[in-house]
Amino acid sequence: MSDGLKWRFSVTELQLAEMKRFTADGKEYAFLIPSSSVVGLDEVTGAILEGFKDGPRNPAAVLETLSGHFNHDDLVDGLSELHQVGAITAPEHAVTIPPYRQQKDAPLSTLVLNVTNKCNLSCKYCYEYGEDKLAAPAATRFMDESTAFESVEFLLKRGGHLPRLTLTFFGGETLLNFKVVRATVEYARRRARESDKKIDFSLTTNATLLTDEIIGFLTENHVGVTISIDGPKEFQDRFRTYSNGAGSYDQILPRIKSLLKNHRTRPVGARVTLTSQVMDVIRIFDHLTDEIGFYEVGFAPVTTSANTLYSIGTSGFDSMLEQFTKLGARYLEKAARGEYLGFSNMSDSLQEIHTGVTKSYACGAGLGLLGVSPSGDIALCHRFVDSADHKLGNIRTGVDEQKRHEFNERTHLANKVECHTCWVRGMCSGGCYHEAQVRYGDIGHANLHYCDWIRGWTEVCLQTYAEIAEKNPSFFERFDERQGKGEPRYASS
Amino acid sequence: MKDREKENHGMRHLRAINRKARRIEQLMTANGDVYAMYQGPVGGGQQTTPRYPMGCSLVFSPGWEVDSAGGTAGLCQPVERDLYDCYVTCFWPAQVPDHLNNYPDWTKKCGAAAKDWRNIDLVFP
Repeated sequence: MSDGLKWRFSVTELQLAEMKRFTADGKEYAFLIPSSSVVGLDEVTGAILEGFKDGPRNPAAVLETLSGHFNHDDLVDGLSELHQVGAITAPEHAVTIPPYRQQKDAPLSTLVLNVTNKCNLSCKYCYEYGEDKLAAPAATRFMDESTAFESVEFLLKRGGHLPRLTLTFFGGETLLNFKVVRATVEYARRRARESDKKIDFSLTTNATLLTDEIIGFLTENHVGVTISIDGPKEFQDRFRTYSNGAGSYDQILPRIKSLLKNHRTRPVGARVTLTSQVMDVIRIFDHLTDEIGFYEVGFAPVTTSANTLYSIGTSGFDSMLEQFTKLGARYLEKAARGEYLGFSNMSDSLQEIHTGVTKSYACGAGLGLLGVSPSGDIALCHRFVDSADHKLGNIRTGVDEQKRHEFNERTHLANKVECHTCWVRGMCSGGCYHEAQVRYGDIGHANLHYCDWIRGWTEVCLQTYAEIAEKNPSFFERFDERQGKGEPRYASS
Repeated sequence: MKDREKENHGMRHLRAINRKARRIEQLMTANGDVYAMYQGPVGGGQQTTPRYPMGCSLVFSPGWEVDSAGGTAGLCQPVERDLYDCYVTCFWPAQVPDHLNNYPDWTKKCGAAAKDWRNIDLVFP
């Protein structure tokens, strides 16, 4: 060690920055907060980190204790690298929570149109109709063309400089208002051309109303489709029923098969709601991919207050994590061979880890994403439409910016004190605002009921990421492409 | 001179695994470690052109080289960088070798201070 460097490292104390250390395939890694970078450690850097594990220490003293095991140059270089990537830092820099700053000009990239709030199913867990609903009974049940067209203009205008925008159709059951969906897609395509922009379309449906005509339209217009489905018949029919209690599986199966066979321009995804009663993740996944043919399957725990029968408790989250981990192992095995497993919970997390996402907001709601009710009222996202307390204006009169800023401030990570000591906060940011509203009556509340699950799952994803990165780094090129194309990452549910 | 000091290099002990880590490594190697630290929090800086403080009395006057904790680890540049500046601008002569008469080659191995500062060593009269 040069004397100068020795002196430099001897005059102060350094300490570990916040990080999550983990092992994958026998190798040591660190996930560094707040940069969300993942670094592999060697023996030297691992030992140095261990030397700091009990709190701030004089770095020269730490190196001194290790000098019998490693040569000095390696120790100094290792310490220097750890310092430079932010793994070891001065105590006053050790914790960083980005402060709230008012986002004045966040361009709108995604607009979700709830083209109807009516549904032909009566799924027992639905947040739109069940006991957890926020929406007041609305006077307008179906969005008309003029509201939809004005929404397109709104998106084009608020999209600012963005060359690529997303318009998502949602419900209720979206296809109950297919007439307006079709007219809006045609209108939006024309207006996008005139405005020299590109608009991507996506749509969520329960599949009960799919027809050949609709499938043809979706294919022709490259509309991304997400099907809400809970798996094999006995699971699907448990909650996803008609109002007379009859299950919907037999109705939707032939329609979905036809969609999958004919809709080849965009991948079709399935979106599964997990409950305390429907929790057989692997069976559901295998059914939806191998037996039905979905390209991608994503799972989400039901949004509900804690006291419903179908609410997922701690043991349910443990079971979910165990099964997700098993699917994750399959994902890894395929990825190592350059193949893809359509397990979108894993892909979405790997995408975030790959990019090194550090978020102060859990999602784009109220920033790059807004929802529109059938009457044209603007909401934080599609889940808040027609909730009087969460109305942010109207498509014709514009956004109430003051109210939007209030929502943004309340949902910002800086105001979620419980999150400030959590290592996964930069990816989770407290979770879904709608879920928080339903569970805690406050959109700014952290979703504390699934923290252990989020941390457990993120660790599995980190391990999977690191292992794929070592075995087949080219696998992640698809994530660079996916991001470059601006694939919509919101409004899948 | 050790190889690592001759040219910019990647990390030797840490492996950048994700894209963010690679970006940080690029910052470190593209600009040399001193610049990377000078640019503030890793990964957050937009700046790609190295900024170079000219004239130590403006930025790095001797006596000022402590960070907000009173130490030197959090400085944007290492203290040795100041030492060299003192030598060049010559207003704090007592702490550096006399480069006019006795040690004209003291900084010979230090072509670019921000990169090669480790090569400025002690002298033994």
